[in-house]
Amino acid sequence: MISAYYFGAISLILIGLYAILVKKNVLKMLIGLSIMETGVNLLLVSVGYISGRSAPILSEGIGPNQAVDPIPQALVLTAIVIGVATTAMALSVAMIIYEKYGTLNVEEIRRLRG
Amino acid sequence: MLKRALAIITLLIIGYWLAQGLAGVPFGEDRMLVAQYYLDHVKEQTGAVNTVTAVVVNYRGFDTLGEVTVLFIASTGVGALLWRKKRERTAKTEGSIVLTTGTRLLAPFIMLFGAYIFIHGHLTPGGGFPGGATIATAFLLLYMAFTVYEIPHKTFEKVEGAVGMAYVLVGLIGLAIGGYFLYDWIWQDWGFGVDNVGRLLSGGFIPVIYTIIGLKVGTELSGIIDNMLKEEVSE
Repeated sequence: MISAYYFGAISLILIGLYAILVKKNVLKMLIGLSIMETGVNLLLVSVGYISGRSAPILSEGIGPNQAVDPIPQALVLTAIVIGVATTAMALSVAMIIYEKYGTLNVEEIRRLRG
Repeated sequence: MLKRALAIITLLIIGYWLAQGLAGVPFGEDRMLVAQYYLDHVKEQTGAVNTVTAVVVNYRGFDTLGEVTVLFIASTGVGALLWRKKRERTAKTEGSIVLTTGTRLLAPFIMLFGAYIFIHGHLTPGGGFPGGATIATAFLLLYMAFTVYEIPHKTFEKVEGAVGMAYVLVGLIGLAIGGYFLYDWIWQDWGFGVDNVGRLLSGGFIPVIYTIIGLKVGTELSGIIDNMLKEEVSE
């Protein structure tokens, strides 16, 4: 059995991927991308967790042997803000698509069809 | 319908594969190798209490410079994609009274809280990235509440460029003094705040760099908000 945190992270990743594969509206696909990103962040943080230990801030009562793995948290800390910036960039591409074609449906945007 | 069924089958395969892979990574077990070294030595090597921010700024400061560059490129990309000859704010409805009054009251405090987060990055959870995002939230509130509000563009551009250069400058001073880029001379050579570990005035250059990152993230995300909320107007 896998842990509840892994299960939740995998579910978020799959929900996001479903939205990207099935939805036709560009905005909904971007929402799916954001959900997927959240799932990946949750997965990274939960891989770094160690049972019964506290946050890696070595103040009163927390020694080096009572703290969880700091490296995944450091990774996720920056990944969240970078994710916001890249989502903003994707959204501005969507804005331009809407200006140009008057629709956000990927099937009606002529030049995006395979 | 067929497409949806195919997508669900693909997802099930990917999910099974992910779960299989993670079955070999038991939850909640001690797997630290290099992290244990960081945890053991963080206090005497960096002067910071919060190991996460010590890793982000001190041990892996060069990577963080890369992350800031990614952020800068994303914000430049938004600016370039949405560039028009003449753009103005076109929103017509003023925010409701709850929003405007609340924004007038809260915006300075949100900015203050953001500054608190990035100045105390070496002591409490947070750091420059969340602090900067919090500051940008205050500007988003101002944009939503008032139809005419715009950020002071000149100041923001200058601050953004100056703090970007300041980060590289801090690294180059370290190169001149200690022999490698982003050498923490404030802690290693000056020993500033050695008796003060766990209080505000410690942590070597972590508060300095986090102030730089906080201002950079704050101005850049506010610039993104400004770019996305303005629309083209014909002359």
